[in-house]
Amino acid sequence: MVQTAYLSFTRSGPFGGAANWVGADNYRRLVADPEVHHALVNTLTYTALGLLGVPVAIVFATLLSRPGLRGVAVYRTLFFLPVVTTPVAVAMIWRWLYNGDFGIINYLLSTVGVSGPHWIADERTALYTMVVVGIWMSLGYNLVIFLAGIRAIPRHYYEAAAIDGAGPVAQFLRITLPLLSPSVFFVSVVSVIGSLQLFDLVYVLLGGAGQSARTNPAFPRTETVVYLFYDRAFQTNEKGYAAAVAMVLLLLIVTLTGLQFRLQRLWVHYA
Amino acid sequence: MRRPGPLAARTLLVLGALAMVGPFVWQFLTSLKTLPHATRVPPSIVPDGKWSNYTQVFRLLPFGQQFLNTVLMTAARTLGQLLFCSMAAYAFARLRFPGRGLLFGLFLSVLMVPPQLFIIPQYQIIARLGWLNSLQALIIPGLFSAFGTFLLRQFFLGLPAELDEAARLDGASPLRIWWSVMLPLARPGLVALGILTTLWSWNDFFWPLVVNNDPRKMTLSAGLASLQGQFMTDYPVLMAGSLLASLPVIAVFIVLQRQFVEGIAFTGSKN
Repeated sequence: MVQTAYLSFTRSGPFGGAANWVGADNYRRLVADPEVHHALVNTLTYTALGLLGVPVAIVFATLLSRPGLRGVAVYRTLFFLPVVTTPVAVAMIWRWLYNGDFGIINYLLSTVGVSGPHWIADERTALYTMVVVGIWMSLGYNLVIFLAGIRAIPRHYYEAAAIDGAGPVAQFLRITLPLLSPSVFFVSVVSVIGSLQLFDLVYVLLGGAGQSARTNPAFPRTETVVYLFYDRAFQTNEKGYAAAVAMVLLLLIVTLTGLQFRLQRLWVHYA
Repeated sequence: MRRPGPLAARTLLVLGALAMVGPFVWQFLTSLKTLPHATRVPPSIVPDGKWSNYTQVFRLLPFGQQFLNTVLMTAARTLGQLLFCSMAAYAFARLRFPGRGLLFGLFLSVLMVPPQLFIIPQYQIIARLGWLNSLQALIIPGLFSAFGTFLLRQFFLGLPAELDEAARLDGASPLRIWWSVMLPLARPGLVALGILTTLWSWNDFFWPLVVNNDPRKMTLSAGLASLQGQFMTDYPVLMAGSLLASLPVIAVFIVLQRQFVEGIAFTGSKN
């Protein structure tokens, strides 16, 4: 880590010689680099939209916690499948589903008279395709944590509320949600940290042809900070610049996580 | 118990489950089709039984070798993490030594740092050792983690101190206490860490992608991505390959389901 910080102030010679100290040059370049701006905007948008996965997981966890529901284990298994599936494979499956000409999604849309776009190559939709897959992949993980959180809430709270005439919605809002807030906080923190490091989906879902996601017309709207890091460190071999990009990522994670910890006082209730 | 809307709840759950499983079903059906059949519009559901798509994967990739690489990498990393993280965790939880607080603070700060920050220095070390394109390049950086150490330390702190004090009075060395007293007691924690490490190692993409570019030294994730680079339009073969690559973890998950779910819920509750 210290070495990366050091590297971010260097530039390798043109023939891969020893790294030279270039001071803050990399950072100066970074501030002016339009690709860095794209990557930051895309990453932050993806991260913000990725948080939509949290309420989705809460809804399903609540439904699965209904007393007397049969087949909970089966549902849990099905929801968990994407979590244990290799992300590269997941991206490949979705690439096929999203396919503009032969994909099942566009076919299903065409049956209701909608002509779908080339999802992953269209700059209006490409980022959102990743959001959908990201939420789909992590839903099972979040669900399991929320299920455990809900199970820890004493049943008699609900019984007391029911006697007082509270319906399921009121019980959810007044009992489940506040008592689940530590889990919600944990899942949100994990989700943000994970989203900020998005790479696999850019590489496989949007790349593919000729290896590079760069050839995708939607690339400026989908490149993420970690993809930029990968590209500079291992494709164009600008390790010093890549190190500077990694420091930006560190700054993002520390800031956003720090912010979440700050804000938790306002909404997280510890029993 | 009669509640308003059980039907709506059921419907939502079934729809959710379908959204989870549908992509896998479509992947499987596509993997058994001929290419002209798979790209027909409107698509038909009935597969052709073209199992040769699966043998085709073995012809295009050194699949057996990549499978073996992935298994060895996953097994070695998991074993290493259980051993080394539990040792470090024991030291942090029970032994008194100068600088313990400072060192643990450093460990905690590493938890916040994105792994990308370590990648360039690690890559340079591996390159200097002449280990690029080798099995040890895949394994060694993953043998130890701050996360595993932190997780197990929290677990050890929750164990009664009387047990290892008794062992110490009986003259057992710290190493002996770690092995004979702490490890057997920490089984749930070790299982959780083992499962998470297995999952993450198997699915790890970034690191294997950058250190090994020889197809015979790749893991399944990286191999699969390279398959997409070369044969991006042969979707039935890609679906067969992605299914083969994810099947082992899915199988392990289905067998060890309870441990997976408890392991995930466990990390959620420790934070």
